[in-house]
Amino acid sequence: MTSRESNRGPGFVDLVETALPGAVTGRNLEALDPWIECPPARLAEVCRWLKTNPHVRFDALECITAVDWFEPDPKKAAKVAWQPHIELVYHLWSTSARVSLVVKVKLPRWKDDVPGSLPEAPSVAGIWRTADWHEREVYDLSGIHFTGHPDLRRILCPEDWEGYPLRRDYVMPLEYHGIRGR
Amino acid sequence: MTQSFNPSTPSGGRPWIEGRFEENMVLTTVEQAINWARQSSIWPMTFGLACCAIEMMAAGASRYDLDRFGAGAFRATPRQADLMIVAGTVTYKMASRVRRLYNLMPDPKYVIAMGACTTGGGPYFKWGYHVVKGVDLVVPVDVYVPGCPPRPESLLEGLMRIQDKILGQRIAKRPEGGKVDDELPVPHHSGYVTSAVGDGTLVFDHQKVQP
Ligand code: SF4
Repeated sequence: MTSRESNRGPGFVDLVETALPGAVTGRNLEALDPWIECPPARLAEVCRWLKTNPHVRFDALECITAVDWFEPDPKKAAKVAWQPHIELVYHLWSTSARVSLVVKVKLPRWKDDVPGSLPEAPSVAGIWRTADWHEREVYDLSGIHFTGHPDLRRILCPEDWEGYPLRRDYVMPLEYHGIRGR
Repeated sequence: MTQSFNPSTPSGGRPWIEGRFEENMVLTTVEQAINWARQSSIWPMTFGLACCAIEMMAAGASRYDLDRFGAGAFRATPRQADLMIVAGTVTYKMASRVRRLYNLMPDPKYVIAMGACTTGGGPYFKWGYHVVKGVDLVVPVDVYVPGCPPRPESLLEGLMRIQDKILGQRIAKRPEGGKVDDELPVPHHSGYVTSAVGDGTLVFDHQKVQP
């Protein structure tokens, strides 16, 4: 199972489902970047299988993105189909089979809907080393807590920065250590 | 000073000092000589923070050649520099470092704010959560060079304005205090932690508490 088509077809996802029943909760294999969705609790398990399975080894993690699906504008609310949530997007690449796969995870915007308590996702830093800094960046800018991360600190903003700047409801600071902000 | 012939003066009415020496002798004041020497050998500090630094490097390279104006010796340490060209986006995280480097420079020191970012936040003014809205909130700026990025010619022009400013420097203090006409106050914002930690302990090792 190494040709490009077979990896993008439903066959490969069936393999995932056989190996890990119930781990794939959504899929779109016709998209330009074929994606599968999995529940947050099973993310690490799915990722480990994707990296080590005998069929197509996704040995490179290209990037981690957090998309903030914020509450829509009241005027447009009737037309949109989503509830506010955060989506984590993992782009994987297999260097041997030269195919890509996207894994998506949906998280609540705040854990237990308490503003300020960060939603949690399992860290994949133990699977791909690349994920270490990527997860720190997602933590820094979008405020996702990666459980099991070896060193979850802010990476770009100063350590004493408040808030998560890429959240849609972020309020810019009025001042930072005496420097006027606006 | 014009003088009419007056035999009672010791010099016999001739100019007091001019014309009494042989040719190839130049007379000047100490002040002018020092200022002239200073303005023709400005040592800028290597200080590229973002895209503007590329243009600053272009100004320093052979085509625009900052060295023609005596400012080609970019130093990698503030101790040896007397001009800080702040080229690029100053973030809040960087602001305390900019201030610190400024404090490390020996007097007399000058600052050029190069580009829209350093003059006032530039493209990040409205939505940049992390950008200082003008480096003049942190260090006193002598010359602003607008543009995004400014062309090397603009930077050269800014450099010449700095040279003008150096020429106006006085050895003695002016009666009002200060050594130049429009000496700027050092902003009181520093980017250092002051009130957050009352007892003087550092929160994080990159922060220095203002004494
Ligand atoms: S002024 Fe423009 S070119 Fe200069 S650092 Fe800012 S964004 Fe970059």
